[in-house]
Amino acid sequence: MANFISTLFKKLIFKEPDEAVRSDKQTSSKPFDMEAFQMNDIKVYALSTCIHCRNAKKYLDECGVKYECIHVDELSGDERKQVVDEIKNHNPAVSFPTIIIKDKVVVGYHKDKIDKALED
Amino acid sequence: MDAKQLYEMLKKVQEPKGYYFNKDMEMTMPLLESLLINKERLGYMACPCRLANGEYEADKDIVCPCTYREDDVKEYGACYCALYVSKEYNEDSGEKEVVPERRPPENILF
Repeated sequence: MANFISTLFKKLIFKEPDEAVRSDKQTSSKPFDMEAFQMNDIKVYALSTCIHCRNAKKYLDECGVKYECIHVDELSGDERKQVVDEIKNHNPAVSFPTIIIKDKVVVGYHKDKIDKALED
Repeated sequence: MDAKQLYEMLKKVQEPKGYYFNKDMEMTMPLLESLLINKERLGYMACPCRLANGEYEADKDIVCPCTYREDDVKEYGACYCALYVSKEYNEDSGEKEVVPERRPPENILF
């Protein structure tokens, strides 16, 4: 039941790829299965003002994967402190974007490293 | 002031110093817009690609142009955001290197 609700929720929230995208995916050169990634598998710690963050998110969108994005500059107080501590655990430099793909961490907008992390 | 005006104003000051705006306007204009957002939010133009502390004294090193720009442009041809670049960087059409963070993490106050 919980799974059904979760699937229904995802379907309502996220646009299903249309047929053109689906057929494109079959011939895509991307070596990973984008449907293997769930929303909570990829987390992007970003700044709303940062161009590298924007480009990285655009690239993830092009890859067709879902991700959660946290704009740290828009947080304040304890929430901000907690998120910065979280980032520090993955990337002590606390630089942006910090992208968590399952158990991999990609710091900065490196397409090749994002591809590699998505493949693994 | 809008981003275009900021562009014209800074260009006059920075180009004679050897710092050029990235010719990729899809980088430069959003970055200038972000600088204006930070000016509005914080009262100073903190680097848009770094997490500002929110107090001028604590963010002095990342007020654009940041204190790391000189070394980064020297070493990588571009500042951390790739807003300011060298003349050669703009002339080179090859793949650009990602500039690593040079700001010491202890400068982020948490």
